[in-house]
Amino acid sequence: MFKKKGFLYELNKNRIMFLMIAPTLLFFLINSYAPMVGIYYAFTSYDFAGGLFGSPFVGLDNFKFLTQSGILLKLTINTLGYNVVFIILGNVISIGAAILLSEVRGKLFKKLSQSIMFLPYFVSFVLISVLAFNMFNADSGFVNQLLKSLGFDPVDIYNTPWLWPFLITAFYIWKNLGYSMVIYLASIMGISDEYYEAAKIDGANIFQRIWYITIPMLKSTFIILLLFALGSIMKGQFDLFYQLVGNNGVLFNVTDIVDTYVYRSLKVNFDIGMATAAGLYQSIFGFVMIMTVNYIIKKINDDYALF
Amino acid sequence: MDDNILSSRVFRMMAYLIITIFSLLCLFPFLLIISGSLTANESIIRDGFHLIPKVFSLEGYEMVFIFPAQLIKAYSVTIFVTVVGTLVGLFLITMAGYVLQRKDFKYRNPLSFFIYFTTLFGGGLVPWYIMLTTYFGLADTYAVLILPGLMTPFLIILMKNFIKSAIPEELFESAKIDGANDFRIYYSIVLKLAMPGIATVGLFLALTYWNDWFMSSLFINDVSMYQLQYYLYNTINTMMFVSQMATGTGVTLGRDIPTESTKMAMAIVVTGPIIFLYPFVQRYFVKGLTIGAVKG
Repeated sequence: MFKKKGFLYELNKNRIMFLMIAPTLLFFLINSYAPMVGIYYAFTSYDFAGGLFGSPFVGLDNFKFLTQSGILLKLTINTLGYNVVFIILGNVISIGAAILLSEVRGKLFKKLSQSIMFLPYFVSFVLISVLAFNMFNADSGFVNQLLKSLGFDPVDIYNTPWLWPFLITAFYIWKNLGYSMVIYLASIMGISDEYYEAAKIDGANIFQRIWYITIPMLKSTFIILLLFALGSIMKGQFDLFYQLVGNNGVLFNVTDIVDTYVYRSLKVNFDIGMATAAGLYQSIFGFVMIMTVNYIIKKINDDYALF
Repeated sequence: MDDNILSSRVFRMMAYLIITIFSLLCLFPFLLIISGSLTANESIIRDGFHLIPKVFSLEGYEMVFIFPAQLIKAYSVTIFVTVVGTLVGLFLITMAGYVLQRKDFKYRNPLSFFIYFTTLFGGGLVPWYIMLTTYFGLADTYAVLILPGLMTPFLIILMKNFIKSAIPEELFESAKIDGANDFRIYYSIVLKLAMPGIATVGLFLALTYWNDWFMSSLFINDVSMYQLQYYLYNTINTMMFVSQMATGTGVTLGRDIPTESTKMAMAIVVTGPIIFLYPFVQRYFVKGLTIGAVKG
């Protein structure tokens, strides 16, 4: 009836499965693929009355403005810079915490501390803005109260840009430590005891056991997490940055990332063309990045390739 | 040999110490908010935030519950969105995950890539926003709070891996020989045997819906449709405005409103359910992360 192995044959044979996955395909078609048409806005000076094809076409003007004003460079440096620091510091600290926690013998202590460290992952970013305000605001903030009681002058933290890269990083780690620590802890638990027993018999001390067994065994988990992170290196942690910094322009120079810039252009300045252009730049940059990384990984070790 | 035992012991002591410090650092900001919510507003303004309230008071909570109508509305919006979004999302994700791991489904690889590709490249926030508002007219609807969050490629891949690891291939084959159709297999085998995985994915979905403020900030202008977190965000900003007005103009608009303690109390009321449910659901997340880390 149908050509064997043809599309229609498959469609008929597995029609129930096609029906089952159809809503998902439709979802991504509408939610992710259809908006790609709107990339066109990046080349227009968007006009709310004109809509998609009624707005004046301006070619690369938006990109020219973003490059010449230095905005794009600043956003790129900030976005990449924060993400690189997040990746390195985040992994080092969670590997360290996982190793320490795996050496702890008390069951209750282990469970309790893991639960506490995982807790920040569960709260909303709005709460983080409350936390930050609680600690850092100039008048009643905890930090300034502490400084005052120790005899130092209070600092107006929300007006001190150089502090924010450190604060944002600290909050990032605070929120995500438990999450990645759990992943590393699981891989440590998966290491066979025999290795450690053999090392013990050979007289290896605890540092040697960690250095020569645990850490090498975490390599594959680390590489997988690293590759995922590299794949989204141009995607900023929007919630984190927006809830901590908001529309506080004093801090933008060191805290503005592509995502916050795009959001503000859309919601505050209504600059659709510019916002789309910045978003498109982010998408393409990220895409080239992930393709390159994947290509290199494939050359080195095919097992780790993302796709 | 003795040296080794000694160094292990010292290392373990250090481990206890460092982990304790980490845990306290993770807990500390929460304690600060709880304490702030129980402190009299005047005391916060005069003495600042402390770990133990200097002047104990419940005025923040009183303020939150004086006009509870809006808070209750925001709570119901979030509960509604979370429940409906999680159930519908789970239904679609489990079906997709099941189909994509079936070996006899010829197009599973191209379709997986169709889904995965959306994480590699996209149109960006603005075209998506304009499409949903202008072309689908979703501004100020409950649908917009639910629909875009139904699925993510990550959750579909996670579900696919769960089903693959929980259910042996032969089970599908023998069910087919017994004459069960593909939906029946899904319904009576997958939904039963992959339950731990479904719980994990469901909790990921629910947590995202519960903590969402972004969709409200983008699409909702009607205050009565705000999600809980955005309601909190909005209240904080209003309180900030009130107290700035008071100090800036000398007009004591906010004299009777305990702005600071109200903010803290509101944060507690909004976060409470998560903290309360956390001990019960935590292990599902741990399980999800552990299996999700396996590449598939």
